[in-house]
Amino acid sequence: MLLFLEQLLNGLQLGFMLFLMAAGLTLVFGIMGLINLAHGSLYMIGAYGAAAVTQATGSFTLGIIGALISAAVAGVLLELIVLRRLYNRDHLDQVLATFGLILFFNELTKILFGPQPLYLNVPDLLNGSVEIIPGAPYPSYRLAVIGVGMLVAVSLFLLISRSRIGMLIRAGASNREMVGALGVNIALLYTLVFGLGAMLAGLSGALVGPLLSVEVGMGENVLIITFVVIVIGGIGSIKGALVGALLVGLVDTMGRAFLPGTLALILGPEAASSVGASLASIAIYLLMALILIWRPAGLFPAQ
Amino acid sequence: MIMKQFFSTRNLLTRKNLVLFLLALTLLSLPLIASINDDSYLLIMVSRMLIFALAALSLDLVIGYGGMVSFGHAAYLGVGAYTVGILSAHVMEGSSIGFLPGNLPGTESGLISLPLAMLLAGLVALVFGALSLRTRGIHFIMITLAFAQMLYYLFISLYRYGGEDGLSMNGRNLLPGLDLYNDTHFYWLCLGCLTGYGLLVYKFLGARFGQVIRGCKQNPEKMQALGFATYRYQLVAFVISGMGAGLAGALLANHSEFVSPDLMSWHLSGELMVMVILGGLGTLIGPILGAISYLLMEEVLAGYTEHWQIILGPLLILVVLFSRKGILGALVGKAADDG
Repeated sequence: MLLFLEQLLNGLQLGFMLFLMAAGLTLVFGIMGLINLAHGSLYMIGAYGAAAVTQATGSFTLGIIGALISAAVAGVLLELIVLRRLYNRDHLDQVLATFGLILFFNELTKILFGPQPLYLNVPDLLNGSVEIIPGAPYPSYRLAVIGVGMLVAVSLFLLISRSRIGMLIRAGASNREMVGALGVNIALLYTLVFGLGAMLAGLSGALVGPLLSVEVGMGENVLIITFVVIVIGGIGSIKGALVGALLVGLVDTMGRAFLPGTLALILGPEAASSVGASLASIAIYLLMALILIWRPAGLFPAQ
Repeated sequence: MIMKQFFSTRNLLTRKNLVLFLLALTLLSLPLIASINDDSYLLIMVSRMLIFALAALSLDLVIGYGGMVSFGHAAYLGVGAYTVGILSAHVMEGSSIGFLPGNLPGTESGLISLPLAMLLAGLVALVFGALSLRTRGIHFIMITLAFAQMLYYLFISLYRYGGEDGLSMNGRNLLPGLDLYNDTHFYWLCLGCLTGYGLLVYKFLGARFGQVIRGCKQNPEKMQALGFATYRYQLVAFVISGMGAGLAGALLANHSEFVSPDLMSWHLSGELMVMVILGGLGTLIGPILGAISYLLMEEVLAGYTEHWQIILGPLLILVVLFSRKGILGALVGKAADDG
């Protein structure tokens, strides 16, 4: 039972990190119609930014700020120089050009920081554990990550549903030509949305930095899981991104923790350990396939 | 009609046919050049290019002609490679194939393993395609990608067959009349497979089938209104394409005598797409030129710096932004467009 609760929290934590990635990706697709494979590179830039600034100053807070700034700057530059030329191209061109960007960013990071992974330490303040349920200590850093994730999710909802810029974003998602015709500076709006998405990806990278190693190519694994998230949630929908992210986070974590054990009851321990491990590693893809058979456009298809 | 056009003398002397002729001439004379220069590395390198050309050609059938942007084609290549690899590994161990009923032994006969590789890759393409084709556009891209990742992680966790470390083979396959350890023989096998598959696809595209899948790319609703079961046509094209990739995988396994989950990685799927675009989308010669020039570029750039991808990345973006029909388009102009 305690193990179950602990895994539940781990799943939530993974889910919120995925949401930070998925929110940017799904907004950029919903509004600009752009598939951005380089979104994972922004995550990596955030993680490296955090690691570099934290190492230089010794402060994790400054590291997070460094991550936000570096990812946002990289995102805005990327949009201005390359991506804006791709909005009216077909998806194939977008996939290829952003694939080229991944190769570029990975190699650039390798040149700047070397091929070895960097390690970020958990800040001292959060280095302990908390007993939220008596008898089950849980690392406070992971708890803080869940908190930040929730906070960002709520602010993002408020930003999009209550603010003027959010209104423009929603309008842009449903009919971008019309928004432009009404005199809104579409180019600026696009750059802002992209910068926001980049910042969220960078934040996500910085937050997982102390949990995983910061290395070249770290963005690609999470990118593909993020794709699964937004396909499940319905591409272009923030609500879908949140539901999809939590679903994928929970299924992945729970699958890895409990599938081998559960299968052992049926198949016997030896077969279960290999079948269970295989099944757990593909559980989220199976989930996606099932959801698509049921609803080809995802759970919350955007209009 | 297309066949008639192709063979009528008036149209025989086009720039496109000239490119095809020069390409064929180069590839056919290469073993001779290699034996004169006593350069066996040349044939090994070009064999690998031909294998990737086969995979790129199969991908172009779905992307360029069918308008189905499959971002997971490495999966079918990997299935083909693992079929050959697993059969061969069982010969090395002298064990029977555990997960199948009966005591089936492994085999090194190419007459069994190569067709089986195509068949299994085709079956996997049938399942993945049947599910993916329920969607369109960006969904299709991401779902094909996710299915490929699923297989990738499945094989990583398959410790019985090497897991992440990959699987060494007992050796290359055995084929009657050919010695695959002989670089020239292996080269002819690769060229033969590429030509055979290319001709098959050419025939298909010239037939009604080809017109229908081109139509499905341009306007699926219209094709449905005309009474075509577009889903079935597209699925057939997808399976034929998967089988081609499976054959390429089987050859690649023989080439390196080693298979690993990297053959299914999304990097490889991306690279195959790059080859198709670089050579010319929706053309049959384009992907071959694309695969050859991509691997040649890799070879040359890697000679200058280990960080060659920092040049390749921006180069790709430039190709996407400024060249619509790739190398073939640059060589022959509008005639390149066939999709």
